[in-house]
Amino acid sequence: MTSQEDNFMRKIEADEKIEPKDWMPEAYRKNLIRQMSQHAHSEVIGMQPEGNWITRAPSLRRKVVLLSKVQDEAGHGLYLYSATETLGITRAELIAALQSGEAKYASIFNYPTLTWGDVGAIGWLVDGAAIVNQVSLQRTSYGPYSRGMIRICKEESFHQRQGYEALLALANGSPEQKQMAQDSLNRFYWPALMMFGPHDSESAHSAKSMEWKIKRETNDDLRQKFIDQTVPQIEVLGLEHPDKAIKWNEERGHYDSGEIDWDEFYSVINGNGHCNRQRVEHHIAAHDEGTWVRDAITAYNEKKNAKKAQNVA
Amino acid sequence: MSDAIKQATLEYVIRLGDDSVVLGHRISEWVSYGPFLEEDIAYGNVALDYIGRARLYYSYAAELADDGRTEDDFPYMRSDREYRNLLLMEMPRGDFAYSQVRQLFADAYAAVMLPELVKSKDETIAAVAAKAIKETKYHLRRSRDWVLRLGDGTEESHKRTQKAVDQLWGYTHELFDMDETEQLLADNGIGVDVSKLRDAWHAMVSEILTTATLTVPDDSWAVRGGRTGYHTENLGHMLTEMQIVHRSHPGCQW
Ligand SMILES: [Fe+2]
Ligand SMILES: [Fe+2]
Ligand SMILES: [Fe+2]
Repeated sequence: MTSQEDNFMRKIEADEKIEPKDWMPEAYRKNLIRQMSQHAHSEVIGMQPEGNWITRAPSLRRKVVLLSKVQDEAGHGLYLYSATETLGITRAELIAALQSGEAKYASIFNYPTLTWGDVGAIGWLVDGAAIVNQVSLQRTSYGPYSRGMIRICKEESFHQRQGYEALLALANGSPEQKQMAQDSLNRFYWPALMMFGPHDSESAHSAKSMEWKIKRETNDDLRQKFIDQTVPQIEVLGLEHPDKAIKWNEERGHYDSGEIDWDEFYSVINGNGHCNRQRVEHHIAAHDEGTWVRDAITAYNEKKNAKKAQNVA
Repeated sequence: MSDAIKQATLEYVIRLGDDSVVLGHRISEWVSYGPFLEEDIAYGNVALDYIGRARLYYSYAAELADDGRTEDDFPYMRSDREYRNLLLMEMPRGDFAYSQVRQLFADAYAAVMLPELVKSKDETIAAVAAKAIKETKYHLRRSRDWVLRLGDGTEESHKRTQKAVDQLWGYTHELFDMDETEQLLADNGIGVDVSKLRDAWHAMVSEILTTATLTVPDDSWAVRGGRTGYHTENLGHMLTEMQIVHRSHPGCQW
C-alpha cells in the first residue's frame, strides 16, 4: 500500500470522516457516486408516485401535508446532488445517467400508487424503511454524505409519522376506508422489505462498502430492524399483517418472517414494474420541456452581463 | 353584524377562498414537471401559501355559516356552478410562460388588493390579509423575475411569453368588477372596492411587461363570469379531479 492508501485506511479504521479534498481510492469514489446518486435520484423519482395524488388529496389539510412532503423530497434530491458533486461529477452528468438508465433509483417507485391509501403507506413504510437505512448511514465514512443523512433523517421521520397518521385515519374510518388501508399495506409491505436490497450473501456491493464503512450495517440486519418495528404498528392500525409467517422468536429476540419473492424483486428492477418506463419518461419529458426555460435564463443573464461589461468599459 | 352584512361577508370569504384554492391547485399541478428542481421547490411553496390561505378563508366561512359545514365542505362539496373564483385562476397551467404570466397578473392583483383588505373592519379578514401581504412580496418578486427573464430571454421564450400575455389579458378585467355584495362590504369598511385598483395594477404590470420587452395588449376583449359561477370549461375538469376521493366517501374523515 502507498502511504496515501495507508492514511486513508487509518482514517476509516479510526472512524474519521473522509472529506472532499482528502485523497481517496478511485473505487471508493466510484462506489460513493453510485450510491449517493442512486439515493438522490430516488428522492427525485419518488416525487412522482406521491405527486400523483396531490391534485386528488381528500382534504385541504392532507393536500398541504402531501405537497410539503413532496417539496421536502425535492430538497433532499437537491441536497444529495450537491453532496455527490463534491466527488467531482456534475449534476448534469448525474441526470444524464438517470435518464439513460445507467444510474438506478429505488425500485419501490416502479410500483404504481393506485389509491389515496398508497400515499399513507408510502410515507409510513417507504420513508420508514428509508429512515432505518439512513440512520445507519449517518455514520457513513464520507463526511458530506454523513452530514446530509443527519439533516435529511429529521424530515423523513416527520414524513413517516404523517404517513402513518393518514393510514390510521383510514383504518379508523368507514369499512371502505379500512379496506383501502389494508390494500395499500398489502401492496407496499413486501416492496418496502425489498428496499434493503438482496440478502447479504447475494449483495454485489456489500463487502467492500462495509470495509470502507460506506455502509455500516448489512442489508439483512437493517431489514430485520424494520420488520420488528413494523409489527406493533400494524397491530395499532388493526390491520392484518401481510406476512402470514410472521412470528416472534424469543431466542433471537426478533420476529421470524416469510421469504421475500426475489423473482419479483429482480423482475421489477429489470424493467417489468408497472411504472419503470413511465417514471423515466416523465423525468425526461419534464426536463426536455424545461430546456427553453433554462435557455432563456442563460440568454437573459448573458445580456445582463454584456450590458454590465459595456457600462464598465 | 347585521344579517345582510353577515351574509355578504360569508359570500365574500368564499370568493376569496375559491380564488386561493383554485390558483393553489393549478400551481400544484407543476410538481415534478418544473424546468429544474429548485423551481419545483420554489413554485410549490407558492402553491402551499395559496392553499394555506384558502384554508383560512374557508374555516372562517364555516364559522360564519354556522350550519355544521366545515373547512372542507366549501372546496370539496360544491360544483363549478357554485364556485365563485375569478376565471383567471382556473385557466389550465399551460406552458411555463403561461403559468408565470398568470402568476404575475394574480400576484400584482394581490399586491394592490391586500393592502386595502388589511384595513378591513373584520378582524379575521384583516389578519388573513396581513399574512398574505408578506407572502405576496415574495410571490411577486418571483413572478416578476420570471416574466423579465422569459420576456427578455431567447426568441422562443419571448414568443411564448407574449402569447401568454395576449391570451390571458382578457381575463384580467373582471378582477376589478364590483357587484352589490362587494359594494355593500366596501361601503361598510369590510371589503375592498376593487374598481379603484385597476390603474395601479395596470401601471405595475405594464412597467414589468415593458421592461421584459413585451407589449402591453389593448383592452380589446374581456371575458367575465367567475363571481357569478359562469366559468370556463376548465374548472369542471379541475374539480372533478380534486373532489373525486372526497366525494366518493361521503361523510368520511381523512
Ligand atoms: Fe429518502
Ligand atoms: Fe427524502
Ligand atoms: Fe421522505
